[in-house]
Amino acid sequence: MNCEECHEREASLHFTKIINGEKTEFHICEHCAKEKGEFMPGSNSFSIHQLLSGLLHGDGHVPNTPSSNFIPPSLSCEKCGMSYYQFAKIGRFGCENCYKAFDSKLNPIFKRVHGGNTLHAGKIPLRAGSSIQEKKQLQQLKQALQQYILNEEFEKAAETRDIIREIEHRLEQGRDS
Amino acid sequence: MSLERFISDAISPWMKREGPESDIVLSSRVRLARNIHQFVFPIAADKESAHEVIASISSCMNGENDAAEAENFEMLMMEKLKPIQKRVLVEKHLISPNLAEQAKYGAVLMNDDESVSIMLNEEDHIRIQCLAPGFQLEEVLHKANEIDDLIEKSVDYAFDEKRGYLTSCPTNVGTGLRASVMMHLPALVLTKKMSRIIPAINQLGLAVRGIYGEGTEAQGNIFQISNQMTLGKSEEDIMEDLAGVVTQVIQQERAARKQLQDGLKLQLEDKLFRSLGTLENCRIIQSKEAAKCLSDVRLGIDLEILPGISKTILNELMILTQPGFLQQYAGEVLTPEERDIRRATLIRERIKLENR
Repeated sequence: MNCEECHEREASLHFTKIINGEKTEFHICEHCAKEKGEFMPGSNSFSIHQLLSGLLHGDGHVPNTPSSNFIPPSLSCEKCGMSYYQFAKIGRFGCENCYKAFDSKLNPIFKRVHGGNTLHAGKIPLRAGSSIQEKKQLQQLKQALQQYILNEEFEKAAETRDIIREIEHRLEQGRDS
Repeated sequence: MSLERFISDAISPWMKREGPESDIVLSSRVRLARNIHQFVFPIAADKESAHEVIASISSCMNGENDAAEAENFEMLMMEKLKPIQKRVLVEKHLISPNLAEQAKYGAVLMNDDESVSIMLNEEDHIRIQCLAPGFQLEEVLHKANEIDDLIEKSVDYAFDEKRGYLTSCPTNVGTGLRASVMMHLPALVLTKKMSRIIPAINQLGLAVRGIYGEGTEAQGNIFQISNQMTLGKSEEDIMEDLAGVVTQVIQQERAARKQLQDGLKLQLEDKLFRSLGTLENCRIIQSKEAAKCLSDVRLGIDLEILPGISKTILNELMILTQPGFLQQYAGEVLTPEERDIRRATLIRERIKLENR
């Protein structure tokens, strides 16, 4: 069997890693093992995931007496199969759907990590977020409409109203399709 | 390989340009974390889906796409690289240690001057990294956004109205943006002010780290300052906060340099000339001492105490004397003792080249 690192030399060291019942085998030659064992800058350090896992564990542990913090063992993501326990242990989501699956538990975590924030306030992707962009635009237009009415600028108000109707119509159609 | 040729390979072309405030700020970096809609994250992905990620991103970076026009992106697959080659990429900051070590199906797309690297199947499907010399945070964010928009033309991102860009780690969710600057702060260290500045920066929600990121030591008085929060703030706000702190630290470092020059000129000159002497004459040198002496020499150049040596020498030698580069140069695996000897030889040769 060839070494999984260099794919050249014969593998002489064989490792088996078992995490949560999942078995991974690893075959490597002595040369590469020595290389790998050496310090790669930044990799040997106490990782953010260890730290995060510590934070999450406080939340995810099975308490001796049931409390509001209790996480049912069934809380897991139906898309990638990751359970909340696994997430708490490794500090990483398995897929985007995990965000929905664990939603009820996430706000306290985000608050701790992001200085009290739980809601996104930054960039919105142009394509995937086109309906989100439109919703935001709609809000702004509605505010502008109010202002035009107050200022008795009825021509501008009528124009704005038409644009609002157009966007609302488009959003409706998007929902139906 | 001749030393000249090797140096030209060791230093990324973008590093040779001089940026704003380059006496103190070595480089600016922005990283955007992105994932593709409907694909499980790399941590849970199988080979097929990981390869699909690589195929779709490489085709949109090298396809007939309008914005990719002028630039040529080259793809490197991690599984095809030798450990030393991967290590060299880490030492040049072109890939993360995580991609080099753990990512099973990792790959990186790199542009010609190595100022943009797009890591694939690292912790997230896509990590866009842009680098620039000196203090140029706005420029690197602009570049990263361009690439982000280009990829998004053909790929649906994992995005949620409430949570923003959905990332593998909860610490990156929202903007997925990590911005950082690498700063050379010898005078703040010498005047013992750094130990007071670090906690103050931390209190503002920013992180101060060593040269290779998380958990590493500040070798050669080089510190990396970066944002911690990615949720609840816009990209512009994040950059503004970071730039504000960096500007202050630059001012503090300049003041400390002046203080040293005014009050302890002779002691300072003695220290800097001794370090140059060490580098010119050493026969065995450990990386920590080399980094310290290089930092002194760089300060000496900036303060015009040591004339006749180019400014980029620190950047160059900091990278050249790392274990990966030393071994690549030697063409063989070296013990730590052998590396200390090689390092000394390389530094002497390099400085001689400068004095020629």
